[in-house]
Amino acid sequence: MYAALWRILPGPAWVRIVMLFVLAVLVFAALVEWVFPWAADTLLPQDSTVGG
Amino acid sequence: MGVAGELLITAGVVVMLFLGWYIWLGDVVASGEQQQAAEEVQEDLQDRWERGDASTERPVDPGEPVISLPAAEGDVFGALIVPRFGSDWVRSIATGVDLKTVLNSYTVGVGHYPETQMPGEVGNFAVAGHRRTYGAAFGDIDQLRLGDLIYVETVDGWYEYSFRGLEYVWPTGVDVLAPVPAAPGVAPTDRVLTMTSCNPRFSTAERIIAYAVFETWYPRGNGPPAEISGVVLAQR
Repeated sequence: MYAALWRILPGPAWVRIVMLFVLAVLVFAALVEWVFPWAADTLLPQDSTVGG
Repeated sequence: MGVAGELLITAGVVVMLFLGWYIWLGDVVASGEQQQAAEEVQEDLQDRWERGDASTERPVDPGEPVISLPAAEGDVFGALIVPRFGSDWVRSIATGVDLKTVLNSYTVGVGHYPETQMPGEVGNFAVAGHRRTYGAAFGDIDQLRLGDLIYVETVDGWYEYSFRGLEYVWPTGVDVLAPVPAAPGVAPTDRVLTMTSCNPRFSTAERIIAYAVFETWYPRGNGPPAEISGVVLAQR
């Protein structure tokens, strides 16, 4: 999977490394923005109120 | 290594990232945003007061606090200042304890139980905040010590409460919200502040309750109380 990704990317090795780094940052941002809050709400609900 | 193996390793890394976000990074980000939003609320309260938005009644006895009007559900009407939680710690208070719009919000974090009284009013001013995650507004609630001062800021001024003690109840323990906490039906004579949060951390099994009693109030016209004046004035 990751080997295929490496082959698909164009350019010399350092350009591919930069692109992979940017891709990793984007994936992490998407996780933090959408996936993690959803997972926290769904799997580990928190309630600090009484009677709710 | 096959594709399945790579997927499993990726999933493992994502779970580790999630846990790191859940117990640490998420709270750092959310509490920073809530702090910033609350400081803007404090500026807004001062602006509203200067425009003449405060309650017009002025008590004869300066010790008798002015009671702010209740705000609409979900509206921010004040700020909570707890020096024990940090020298510049402040969070906005909205009406209601709705999870999505108030307690989980990155711009609020503390909710006022709408069926309870307003700050300074005879009875119980009760608020809720998360112990962990979503900024963990009340993350250090168990660090409060006897006599710690807790301030509620509204457009009318600052209401000073003094911390008295902690209590642990089941999630169904709504009696803590009564005008006389734990004594429903009794007519109140004191002004009480009640904070509720979850206990233990990361769990919803119990609730931790902090009680504070009213000490005095500072009309906005006279400026903020000395203990927090540096915090309040620095934001002007």
